[in-house]
Amino acid sequence: MTQASPPFTDEHEQLRESARSFIERELTPHAERWEEERWFPDELFGKLAAQGLLGLKYPEALGGQGGDYLHEAVLCEEMARIGSGGTAAGLGAHINIATPPIWKFGSADQHERFLVPAIRGERIGALGITEPGAGSDVASIATRAEQVDGGFVVNGEKTYITNGVRAHFIVTAVVTGAGGQGGHHGISFLIIERGEGVQSAKLEKLGWHASDTATIAFQDVFVPQENLLGELNEGFKLIMANFQWERLAMALGAVGAMALAWERTAEFARERNTFGRPLSGHQTIRHKLADLATSVYSCRCVTYDALRRFVAGEDPLKEVTMAKLLTQRAAFELMDECLQIHGGAGYMREYWVERAARDARLGPIGGGSDEIMREILGRSLGL
Amino acid sequence: MAATAESVLKPDFKSQRKHFIFTDEHEQLRESITSFATKELAPHADEWEETTFPDWVFRRMGELGFLGLDKPEQYGGQGGDYFSAMVLGEAIAAANCGGLAMGVAVQTDMAMPPILAFGTEEQKQEWAVPAIKGEKILCLGITEPDAGSDVKGIKTRAVRDGEDYVINGSKTYITNGHRADVIVLVTKTDPDAGYDGFTLFLVPMDAPGVIREKKLVKLGMHASDTALLAFQDVRVPASAVLGQVGKGFYHIMWELQGERMIGAAGSLAGAQRCFDRTLQYAKDREAFGRAIGHFQVIRHKFAEMATKIEAARQLVYVTAWRFANGEYPVREISMAKLFASRVAVEVADECIQIHGGAGYMKEYGVERAWRDARLNRIGAGTDEIMLEVIGRSYGL
Repeated sequence: MTQASPPFTDEHEQLRESARSFIERELTPHAERWEEERWFPDELFGKLAAQGLLGLKYPEALGGQGGDYLHEAVLCEEMARIGSGGTAAGLGAHINIATPPIWKFGSADQHERFLVPAIRGERIGALGITEPGAGSDVASIATRAEQVDGGFVVNGEKTYITNGVRAHFIVTAVVTGAGGQGGHHGISFLIIERGEGVQSAKLEKLGWHASDTATIAFQDVFVPQENLLGELNEGFKLIMANFQWERLAMALGAVGAMALAWERTAEFARERNTFGRPLSGHQTIRHKLADLATSVYSCRCVTYDALRRFVAGEDPLKEVTMAKLLTQRAAFELMDECLQIHGGAGYMREYWVERAARDARLGPIGGGSDEIMREILGRSLGL
Repeated sequence: MAATAESVLKPDFKSQRKHFIFTDEHEQLRESITSFATKELAPHADEWEETTFPDWVFRRMGELGFLGLDKPEQYGGQGGDYFSAMVLGEAIAAANCGGLAMGVAVQTDMAMPPILAFGTEEQKQEWAVPAIKGEKILCLGITEPDAGSDVKGIKTRAVRDGEDYVINGSKTYITNGHRADVIVLVTKTDPDAGYDGFTLFLVPMDAPGVIREKKLVKLGMHASDTALLAFQDVRVPASAVLGQVGKGFYHIMWELQGERMIGAAGSLAGAQRCFDRTLQYAKDREAFGRAIGHFQVIRHKFAEMATKIEAARQLVYVTAWRFANGEYPVREISMAKLFASRVAVEVADECIQIHGGAGYMKEYGVERAWRDARLNRIGAGTDEIMLEVIGRSYGL
């Protein structure tokens, strides 16, 4: 067992071991096929649920494991072992971005209807914020929810939605402000169930091929009042609340993926011979690997520090933003260097590394782009 | 034009930026290739990413004279200078199909030059003439499963047997490997002779024992067919030797210079194209109430990219000029290849970033630009090999 480093304890390392062996046994062997098929099977949610992995941080009363964010953090890291960013993303969207707002802001009835079956893997969730005309610019969201008798009628379009085809319910940001005004006090969240007027179209992407990222169109979709999540017109707070965990989860995923890629590439460099010696025997390759190891370690330290603060109940906006910015760019750069070390083989689909590079490239865009992270940091520094 | 008090009032950003290596004729050629690629190739680019590009592209380009721009007229070429080949290397980017540009470059600037430089008259008539017409397709076999840039580690053996040679071995990552009619093959003929133990052969791809084992699936360049080939007791007559027996290593090192130059030109063109398209996007796309190009952070990204592309352009053009003037500037060619391919990848990556979520989607084409560009830091000698060549050229 690996030595636990703060904030993790031996208990977390035990969880790490069991999650890892489950993933390597049940998921990893199929990753290539799921990538090829541009889809991982829905049954995975049930499989993870059977191991208790869909509810690590949720209370036992709701069917969860009664753990906390540190347990979840272990899973975020280990998910990299699947070797399919798209699969990790689909499972992660359910665990880390679609269900937490229901847990934190939902009514007992919403917990019962959505969270409990989600923890059991019976209902799959997605989070719908981004639109064709509004990404990080959340205040320009245009999907409208008209208030009608007994609920809302929703019209609009969401895009780049992970689990967008398979999701049974979509936690959706909509404009409810007076006169169609969105902005900071005009956005609400509705839990929209798949049904009449909800149409998904799958998107093709650079990476994350096993994920069913989609555009979802809502046409005159009736949503009952009891599916309003949190307070009317106060949805902006809800978005901001979960961003911190989403970004930490991304940082943890990057750290896991980087460590794995480094190990595999170092092994390749030891075994591959060129100019009469192993690749790792050439100074330039040895130094590349040294640089990369340093990068993995620095990302791990920054991420764990932000995680520790987050779990301790601080509001570490700055630290989480830095961890997200640093790790996503570093992960892509590391994958790109690993690809380079593999040479021609690195360019071929047969090896894992071109996929890892494609998957890692989403990091500096998703969950708020690098540019947005720098903007947040700039402002938090009073600039 | 000299500066005058009137002409320096306002910078002229729209002036024609013709480089000194190019004449008006080159610019006309550039226009005609661009228009051909835009009209006849680009409309199929998406489809060819799925299917690889069809062989008729070679025939059509041969018909238009584009496959022999800098090749001698006596073999059906246009008899132009080396810069006309550079024009093709750049303008073909308008096909919007990296795999196609690569397949064509293998034909014109990798496999054909050794035939014309080292081949017998008979070999030139048999292969170069129809290749310039686009009726025969060429490929080049250097890399093996266990030897890439480490050319000396090549294991494919050609053994003399009476009047013939018998070839055994395998080659991989071979562009045009499935469609080619002939391969310029690097073999070892004398395992004890070190650098003097290599020989090139022209091996017809329909010779018994040539096995096209596998179509390789890649990160990018999807329109190109890339093969793993096996040679099992392939018998060829001694007349199939290309150039001198035992001089294959030096022949192929020379070939690699042209390959790196054309690769550098392609990288440059790819970067420029990606830049242009993203610039348009940044002018159209609004966020936080204005076009994203008007945010300082994005504007400066463009400034940075434009500077890098310009630097790559000058490096590539000036090196081409030296190469065309009969120098053998291996150090500078390595620099141009290293620099231009890195710039192309960096630019494509920044363009993805500027596109945000859209950049990650297939629909916008920018993710493909990155996948295609990424090969150039590996193919024709990796960055690391370029650095090694440059470093050693200083006696280090």
